[in-house]
Amino acid sequence: MNPQDRPSHSVGSPKAASATPVLETRNLNIYYGSFLAVREVSMSIPNNQVTAFIGPSGCGKSTLLRCFNRLNDLIETFRVEGDLNYHGQNLYAPKVDAVDVRRRIGMVFQKPNPFPKSIYENVVYGARVNGYKGDLDELVERSLTQAALWDEVKDKLKTSGLALSGGQQQRLCIARTIAVQPEVVLMDEPCASLDPISTLKIEELMHELKQQYTIVIVTHNMQQASRVSDVTAFFNVRLTDTGKRSGYLVEHDRTENIFQNPKEESTQEYVSGRFG
Amino acid sequence: MTVRNPSSVTRPRSDTERILDQSFLWLTRLLAYAIAAVLLAIAFQVLVQSLPAIQRFGVGFIFSQDWDPVKESYGALPMIYGTLVSALIALLLAVPIGVGIAVFLSENFLPLQVRTVLVFLVELLAAIPSVVYGLWGIFVLIPILRGFGVWLFENFGWFPLFSTQPSGPGMLPAGVILTIMILPIITAISRDSLASLPPELRQASIGLGATRWETIIRVLIPAAFSGIVGAVMLALGRAMGETMAVTMLIGNANTVNVSLLAPGNTIASLLANQFAEASGLQVAALMYAGLILFVLTFIVNIFAELVILKVKKF
Amino acid sequence: MALTSPEISPPVIDSLERKNSFRSLFDIVMTVVVAVFLAIALVPLIAVIAYVIIQGGSRISLDLFTQLPPPPMVDGGGFANAIVGTLIMVGLAALISVPIGILIAIYLSEFSPPSVARAIRFATNVLNGVPSIIVGVFAYGLIVLTFKTFSALAGGIALSVLMLPIVIRTSDEALQIVPPDVRWASVGLGASDYQTVLRVVVPAALPAIVTGVTLAVARASGETAPLIFTALFTQFWPQGLLEPTPSLAVLVYNFAGVPFKNQQELAWAASLLLVLLVLITSVIARFATRRKIY
Repeated sequence: MNPQDRPSHSVGSPKAASATPVLETRNLNIYYGSFLAVREVSMSIPNNQVTAFIGPSGCGKSTLLRCFNRLNDLIETFRVEGDLNYHGQNLYAPKVDAVDVRRRIGMVFQKPNPFPKSIYENVVYGARVNGYKGDLDELVERSLTQAALWDEVKDKLKTSGLALSGGQQQRLCIARTIAVQPEVVLMDEPCASLDPISTLKIEELMHELKQQYTIVIVTHNMQQASRVSDVTAFFNVRLTDTGKRSGYLVEHDRTENIFQNPKEESTQEYVSGRFG
Repeated sequence: MTVRNPSSVTRPRSDTERILDQSFLWLTRLLAYAIAAVLLAIAFQVLVQSLPAIQRFGVGFIFSQDWDPVKESYGALPMIYGTLVSALIALLLAVPIGVGIAVFLSENFLPLQVRTVLVFLVELLAAIPSVVYGLWGIFVLIPILRGFGVWLFENFGWFPLFSTQPSGPGMLPAGVILTIMILPIITAISRDSLASLPPELRQASIGLGATRWETIIRVLIPAAFSGIVGAVMLALGRAMGETMAVTMLIGNANTVNVSLLAPGNTIASLLANQFAEASGLQVAALMYAGLILFVLTFIVNIFAELVILKVKKF
Repeated sequence: MALTSPEISPPVIDSLERKNSFRSLFDIVMTVVVAVFLAIALVPLIAVIAYVIIQGGSRISLDLFTQLPPPPMVDGGGFANAIVGTLIMVGLAALISVPIGILIAIYLSEFSPPSVARAIRFATNVLNGVPSIIVGVFAYGLIVLTFKTFSALAGGIALSVLMLPIVIRTSDEALQIVPPDVRWASVGLGASDYQTVLRVVVPAALPAIVTGVTLAVARASGETAPLIFTALFTQFWPQGLLEPTPSLAVLVYNFAGVPFKNQQELAWAASLLLVLLVLITSVIARFATRRKIY
C-alpha cells in the first residue's frame, strides 16, 4: 500500500501506551546523500517499556534506531529532515553534542563487540571516559549482576572479554552499556548471532531492565518481538520511482494489537508470516 | 518518573572535554597537512641553496662536463649520464628477473608455505643496508665481475660499451648492485598486482585450452601490466636516488665514458663524496645537482604512484 | 605416461594430452627459467649475509662495544662511540617521527574525508620516494648551515624524515584493520573521538604499530647517505647534540675505503651488527604480524 494514503492513526502516541514518551519523531526523513532511506516516520517511544521495531530487510528499522543516538553521524553522507525529540529537545539541533546524546542513549549491537580488554575494563570503559569518580568495583558488580553475568565471570574479571562465549559477550556488552546508566538502551538485533539459550537469557534480561531503562529493540524475529515488547512498530519497504528501496512506518501500537488485531493489511500479512 | 540513580555515571560533557576533543582532531589534521609541507620544504631548501649556482651556470650546468672546484667551474653532465645509465642497466637486468620471480611466486608452482618463505626472503633483499651492499661489493662483487669484464673487453672490445680495460670499480658493478637492490621492489609490487587479478581471468583462459604459461603471458601479465609499470617506475626512482652502494662501487670519475667497464659517477655519489668538504660556490653547485636529482626522482615517483593508485582502485 | 597405466587414464584423454608436446615443453622451460631467476635473486642475499657473518663474526669481541676506533696501523679497538652515536641519532629520529607519524595515521584512518586521506597518503608515498641523500641535503641546509656545525641533531632530523613515511604507512594500515564495530561500541557509550581513538582503537592496533616502528628503527640504523654530511663522523665519543657524531653506518663507509686490514675488519663487524639488527627485526615483525591481532 502507498504510505501517502495511509490513515493518520499511526501519527502520535498510541492510546494504549500510557507512559510519557522519551523519544518522539515527527515527519522524520533519513537520507544517504540524495537517497531517501526512511520516509516520514512519526512515532513515540514510551518510557520504561520495551519498544520493538519489526519489518522486512531494508525497511530502515536499524537506520532509524541508529538515529536515536546519532550513531549515523559516523556515515559521511547521512542527514535527517524533520524532528527527532528527546524529552522535547531536538537531537539534531546544531548545538546538541552528539557525544552527550550517546551517554544518555546507549547502544547494543547486533554482533557482540567487546573491546580487546579484560571483562573488568570493558565494563568500566564508559565510566572512565565519563571521568566517573565513584567506586569502579561496585559499578562492575552492579552492572554485571544486572546483565545476569556476574555469577559466571566474577572469578575471572581480568581475563579478556573476547574469551567469553558469544552469549556471554553480548551480555557483557549489555553490562557495558548499562554501566553508564543511560536512560535509553537501543538494541540492534542483539540476539541475531546467538544460540537459543543465550537468546532466552537476554530476553529475560530485557524484562528486568525495563524497570530502569527504556528499551528499543530491532528484531527480525516476530516471536521475539511478541515475547519481549510492550509496543511494536511495523516498518515496510517500497520501491521508489528510481527502483531504490525506501522504508516507512506502517503502524505502531501495543504489541498485542499489532499481532492479534492489526489495522493494516500489510501488517497482518507480515505478522502471520505471509511475506518478509 | 525516572528511576535514574542520583549519583549517575553520566554527566554532561564539560567544555574542557569538548575543547580537548577538538584540539586532538586539529592536532592530527595539522600534522597530516604538514607532510605536504615537508615535501615543499625539501624542494624549497634545495632550490634556495642552489640559487647561486643556478645564476652562475644556468641551464648550461646540465650540459657541461667540467667539475673543477679549483677553477670554480661546474657542470653535471657526467653525473646525470651516470645516474641514468646505471639506473638503466639495473632496470634491464631487474625487470625480467623481478617480473619472472613475481609470476613464480604468485602462481601455485610451489606450496603456499614455501612461497611465503620465499617472498619473505626476496623482501629481505630490501632490508640489507645500502652501505653493507657497498662493502660486500668492494670485496666480493668487484673481484668476481673483473674476470667477466676482462673477458668482455678481450672478446667484445670493438663494441663501444666494452671498449675499456676494466679497472675494478665502474658502471657495471654499480649497475649490478642496483639490480640486486631494486629487485625486491619490482617483485613485490608486480606480485601484488598479479595476485589481485580476478581468478575468473585465469579460469577463463585455462578453460579455453591455454596452458599455464600461455595464460600467464597472454592474459595475466597484460592484465597486470599497469601495476608492473608502476613497479618499474618506482624501482627507477629508487635506482636513481640510491647512494651508498653506488658511491662505493662506481669509481667516482667525473667524466662521460660510454664503456660500461669504465668508472663513472652519479649525482647521489657526487653529493656523498663532496658535500662534507665543500664550501662556497661548490655547495651551491652540489645543491644544484641535488635539485636535478630531486626533480628527476620526484617526477618518476609521482608517475609511479599515480599508476599504482589507479591499479589499486580495481 | 598413461599408456603404462591405462587403468587410470582412458586412452581418449591420453591422445588429447600428447598433441601439445611443444606447448607443454614451453611451459616447462618457462617454469625452469623463472625458478632460476629466483635462485639468482637469492644468491646475493645468502652471499651478503654469509660474508658479513664470516668476516664480521671473526672480529666480534667485547672490545668492539667498549673501545674507540684505533688510528691506522694500530691493532685492536672497537666502535663503542659509533654504537652510542647511532643510538642517539636513531633515538632522536624515533622521538620525532613516531608520535607525529602515529598522529598523522590517526587522522588518515579515523578523521579525514576520503579525498583528503588519499591526497595525504599520496604525499606520504612521494616523501618515501625522495632519495635519502636529498633528505641529507635538506637537513644540511636546515640544520648544519644554521648552526654552522655538523651535528647529531642534523643527523637525527634527517633520519626522522626518512622514518616518518614508514611509521605513517604501517600505523595507518594497522589502524584500518581494527574492526569498525569496536569504534561504534566506544562511540555508542558516549566516548569522545579522542577517547575512542586513544583508549580503544590505538591499543587494538598497537602490536602492528610497534612492529612497524621497530622496522623503521632498524632501517634507519643502517641509513648512511643522510648522515655523512650532517652528523659526519668522529673517532671520539659523541660530545653533544650539536657536535659531529659517529655512527655505525658511516663507520662502515669510511673504513671500507681504507687500505688497513684492522679498519676493514671493523667495517665488517659493524656491518654484521647492522645486518643482524634488520634480520632479527624483520623476522620478528614477520611473526608478529602473522599473529592475529583480533
